[in-house]
Amino acid sequence: MTGGTAARGPLDGLVERVRRDPGAIGALFPAVGRTVGRGPGPSGDPDGILGPTVQDEARAALVSALAAALGDGAPDRLAEEVEALYRFGDAEEKRAVLRSLPVLPDGDAASRLTAGLLADALRGNDPRLIAAALGTPAAAALDDHAWRHGVLKCLFSDVPLDAVHGLGDRADAELGRMAAGYAAEREAAGRSVPDDARRLLSLTHGETEA
Amino acid sequence: MRIFDPHVHMTSRTTDDYRRMYDAGVRALVEPAFWLGQPRTNPGSFHDYFDGLIGWERFRASRFGIRHHCAIALNPKEANDPRCAEVLRTLPRYLAKDGVVAVGEVGFDAMTADEEKAFAHQLSLAAEHGLPVLVHTPHRDKAAGTRRTLELVAASGIPPERVLVDHLNETTVDMVDDSGCTLGFSIYPDTKMEPERMVRILQRRGLDRVVVNSAADWGHSDPLATARTGEAMLRSGFTRDDVDRVLWRNPVEFFARSGRLLLQELAPYSGGAFAGNSILRAQHAEPDA
Ligand SMILES: [Zn+2]
Repeated sequence: MTGGTAARGPLDGLVERVRRDPGAIGALFPAVGRTVGRGPGPSGDPDGILGPTVQDEARAALVSALAAALGDGAPDRLAEEVEALYRFGDAEEKRAVLRSLPVLPDGDAASRLTAGLLADALRGNDPRLIAAALGTPAAAALDDHAWRHGVLKCLFSDVPLDAVHGLGDRADAELGRMAAGYAAEREAAGRSVPDDARRLLSLTHGETEA
Repeated sequence: MRIFDPHVHMTSRTTDDYRRMYDAGVRALVEPAFWLGQPRTNPGSFHDYFDGLIGWERFRASRFGIRHHCAIALNPKEANDPRCAEVLRTLPRYLAKDGVVAVGEVGFDAMTADEEKAFAHQLSLAAEHGLPVLVHTPHRDKAAGTRRTLELVAASGIPPERVLVDHLNETTVDMVDDSGCTLGFSIYPDTKMEPERMVRILQRRGLDRVVVNSAADWGHSDPLATARTGEAMLRSGFTRDDVDRVLWRNPVEFFARSGRLLLQELAPYSGGAFAGNSILRAQHAEPDA
């Protein structure tokens, strides 16, 4: 490992190793907690639901290094490596891959990969993965139907809507209709309507948010 | 009595077992990757199993106040199936993960050339990843298999104190002792070791470098065999501190060499969900549609 002076020292060393030997990322990526550090990132959320953790940010730096090392000429190889990081990742590593998707250079291979990983994350019930799938600009790859279902799933999975990237811009009348149905079901069952459901309703009725 | 079970296959056990283990003093364990009874037919089957060891099973144990670690490897039995051996290529991804504290179980089953190749390869992976090794010794032709095991360990250059040679009995204890490796005893009904025999071995050679495990799995086995051994030690005049050394400090010292032990206290019996799957649902099974 190279001897940086600041706390970035260990991460700089890992980035350098991936640039020299892209295949090394398979074993460096899982070990980031031990080699670089752990903890909440700027969002203050240790579970990484409201924003990336320290490990997520370090892992995104490794994915950037991988993309740089492979260059523009190998988009398929890059997509393959990133897909394997996700496939063989534990939940924390999968979350980091999802949060890294925006650093991939644009192209067919990256689009296909993004669509596939977002769909996988939204199929499951792990709040960390649902939040990460909807939490970056990469969620633009979801079609409107899939995105709306993802947002609605947040209400069922304890994912706060603050975790959803660009919610105000993308929420539409159809999402409002779905949220209204959810609220009606809750009321019919004698249950309370969560604040986030009310927020969706107000967003999609053109009203200002509380 | 606090207990670290260094070899137990919790994937095959129930939530009742977790509760009884906690009540008996078990606070941490290592689950080595092994055969599932039903042969696997492809690497994907291993990947899903490994994912379970680092994911669902760790979560399940934590709900009962027990720290779950694992060892990852291609086991000797399935090293003989060319459809499975390909999993060796993906092992490095798993060996890099938090909570993976050893390479294992590796070793011999029928002492074939394929087993030896997979064993030697995985010893070199352990050296590369700075991990201890958990070695299974065979049921059949045990003494010969153990002797060959020690030769391969010596040839690997891994310091012997980083290698745990397991399932020992009266016929293999001395050669492993002489090698400097850590000595593992599986207290397993019928086939391996019993508490009273274990006590006699401890009386003869002392407590140094000895660990005791239940090796409980899907066979006739007892996840409380560690506690039973501690009780037998106390009955025979060993002190509480002696028991703590064998059942806690020795295994902790061995696996701490990985630098990846997680031993903070957990609060048992708390609620919570893993990947949307609550443990209560696992406890009170609902019929699936
Ligand atoms: Zn075993």
